[in-house]
Amino acid sequence: MQTDTHIPHDVNYLDYKGKNKGIFAWIFSTDHKRIALLYMYSMLTMFVVGVALGLAMKLELIAPGKTIMDPQTYNAIFTVHGVIMIFMIVIPGLPAVFGNFMLPIMIGAKDVAFPRINLLSWYFYVAGALLVIASVLFGNGTPDTGWTFYAPYSFKTGTNLLPAIFGAFILGFSSILTGLNFIVTIHRMRCPGMTWFKMPLFPWSLYGTAWIQLLATPVIGITLVLVALERIFGIGVFDPALGGDPILYQHLFWIYSHPAVYVMILPAMGAISEIIPTFSQKHIFGYRAIIVSTLAIAFVGYFVWGHHMFTSGMSGTAQYTFSILTFIVAIPSAIKVFNWISTMHKGSINPEAPFLWAVTFIFIFMIGGFSGLVLGALATNVHVHDTAFVVAHFHFIVFGGVGFAFFGAIHYWFPKMFGRMYDKVWAKVGWAFFTVGFLTLYSPMFYLGMIGMPRRYYDYLPEYHAANILSSLGSWVMTFGLLIIVINLFRSAKNGPIAEINPWHGKTLEWTVPSPPPVENFDEIPVYGEKDGPYEY
Amino acid sequence: MEHVTQHAADQHYDPEANKLGMWLFIFTELLLFGGLFIVYSIYRFLNPESFKMAGHELNLTIGAINTLILLVSSMTIAMSTSALQKKNKGLTVLLLEITIMLAMIFLINKYFEWGVKFDHGIWPGSEHMLNDLSHGEILFFGLYFVMTGLHALHIVVGMIIIIVALNRVQKGTVDENRPTLLENAGLYWHLVDLIWIFLFPLFYLIH
Amino acid sequence: MEKEKHHIVPYKVYFYILALLITFTFLSIGITKINLGEYSVLGAMIFATIKSILVLAWFMHLKFDQPFLRIMVGFVILLFFAVIFITFLDYYYR
Repeated sequence: MQTDTHIPHDVNYLDYKGKNKGIFAWIFSTDHKRIALLYMYSMLTMFVVGVALGLAMKLELIAPGKTIMDPQTYNAIFTVHGVIMIFMIVIPGLPAVFGNFMLPIMIGAKDVAFPRINLLSWYFYVAGALLVIASVLFGNGTPDTGWTFYAPYSFKTGTNLLPAIFGAFILGFSSILTGLNFIVTIHRMRCPGMTWFKMPLFPWSLYGTAWIQLLATPVIGITLVLVALERIFGIGVFDPALGGDPILYQHLFWIYSHPAVYVMILPAMGAISEIIPTFSQKHIFGYRAIIVSTLAIAFVGYFVWGHHMFTSGMSGTAQYTFSILTFIVAIPSAIKVFNWISTMHKGSINPEAPFLWAVTFIFIFMIGGFSGLVLGALATNVHVHDTAFVVAHFHFIVFGGVGFAFFGAIHYWFPKMFGRMYDKVWAKVGWAFFTVGFLTLYSPMFYLGMIGMPRRYYDYLPEYHAANILSSLGSWVMTFGLLIIVINLFRSAKNGPIAEINPWHGKTLEWTVPSPPPVENFDEIPVYGEKDGPYEY
Repeated sequence: MEHVTQHAADQHYDPEANKLGMWLFIFTELLLFGGLFIVYSIYRFLNPESFKMAGHELNLTIGAINTLILLVSSMTIAMSTSALQKKNKGLTVLLLEITIMLAMIFLINKYFEWGVKFDHGIWPGSEHMLNDLSHGEILFFGLYFVMTGLHALHIVVGMIIIIVALNRVQKGTVDENRPTLLENAGLYWHLVDLIWIFLFPLFYLIH
Repeated sequence: MEKEKHHIVPYKVYFYILALLITFTFLSIGITKINLGEYSVLGAMIFATIKSILVLAWFMHLKFDQPFLRIMVGFVILLFFAVIFITFLDYYYR
């Protein structure tokens, strides 16, 4: 292990020059802050591709019949859009960027428990991403199964499924290693005096998330392996002709993919739980309740996967068991919403961009959540399953949830990460366009689903036309907002005014270190006393 | 809030963190094989008679010998951690070498077992499978090859890890003060043994 | 935290555990020769479970480790069984 007693404490992590030069100083770095940025830039690159695919779909759907592409292309596009957005954006999501950057600092540590494994997790991310890209560009055709790879089509399709499956498998390793690292870091590296119940809520959310990453991801790993083996050898596990059951594939797939959505949302909620107290200048309401809710969501979330399969052919017993468990898992999320709102009540509100993102997160997440109850009830599910209603639901809750929280988090922690402040007016303009565009893009899909428009369909009936036009317009407005946000942040990282050490007057440990932080975060490891705590305003 | 200066050297080696990390990794392996056990249990529930018939094709004697081999190898690697703590480098090395040899014998047995199956025309996608066997039997053999194959892959990985540990013990970089690499190698090996403890009855003891 | 490193399991103990494991292996072979119908898999599984507890507790050192590690292992195993149980709610009641 390299001795780091001579790492200077007055150099920040961006300027530090070690033994590697240029790009190698970044791609060989085991500094959690640099790794966080590596993740951020690679995720941003894949996000641009995913957005472009989404815009292409909305352009195709702006009118019935063929608009710009043929049906096979449309199938490929929604498949790759899903694979990128799910496996490369929202699952790594906040943990890969803000977890990596902020977790050690927020608990008073110099780095994560296993810095080299941290770097390895990013290498797996890049490798997985390249494999998925390869499946698009080379071979017999871009995968067209949907990101869910349902059997039997997934082992019958002639398109390039193996590289895509293998890419998703490798991406799973990235997720598992991140979770493993965070669990050990939180268990072993909290600074002296920081007991479990003095740890801030973002690290707590990362802890709950890490357990899901660890325990659920291997299940999709083995499921993808089985699909690959089915394709190559015909082992029969999912092939009815050989005695297999395609519904078993669905069970295995969703045993991971449902907990995966809690991997997506828990850190997002954790970020919101940091932003709201800071921007209300008030102690979070119900600190312990939020912790218990976080762990409850992580736990109960393992047992609801069948709500993706109500119409598949499962037994009635399974159907109503999953339905009632789905309603139960909604409760802790509601508790968190009450706690956030109660925090704001009689607080001293600072209506800057992070706060605006947090408040709209709550609004949009609630709409997504309520639509989830419609889907969780058996009778209504039959009506809206596999329609645009589902597409609206998961975009509200995943994109609305993770997306808004991510933008809130980047606007919150940007001054700490880059030492500069962004233009606050443009940040709000970007937020406004994005939010209006988002609501215009996805709200019509609820209506379309209820009146019968199926999802993943290339064409539709004339009565769905008007709402589709509105939705496609929304996609352009939202993208315009995205451009404003991204440009503002990029320009400000280079040329923005130098930021103070604690511009938002937060109370968590990251606001006590310089902006940008030095390589080892702290000159001396902080010690929490009796009266110290993360939200002591 | 006070501040405490920590020295760089002692904060890097944290054996408890290393052990926790290894256990967490073991949990992922348990869930990985767990998925296969779920598939097995469902299909056995749905095809009890065919699974029994297919099970008769497997050789109980070789399966039992392989079980005993892994159990003994688990003991030898566990003993090696004690030997390391007792500063008995020679015995540590010997025990690790025995463990590796036992692993090798397991793999050789597996090679012959699979060979026999191939000779009888039984492999995933073979004509005999598709034309002559019932659905339950096809599923049984599909699962047999996948589960024992994945397990054998883990044996190979385990051997490599043990060889690395052996090497470091010989060089002296793993000793009674820094034993975690050997202990974690042992944990991984025991995991491989644990999986087989369940594979054995599920495939070889169906009567 | 440091005291665990000083605890060295005697070679004898490992040998006795192996003897138990071998015994249970033969018992599990024996029990499946008896025709218990549906319950034959249960018999073999019970012995496999006992063997795994021996491996976990002694070979893998859980008996001598901090309690939170045992709690984690127990939790993971319970989670796995809960998932199998719920999956069977589909297949058993179809």
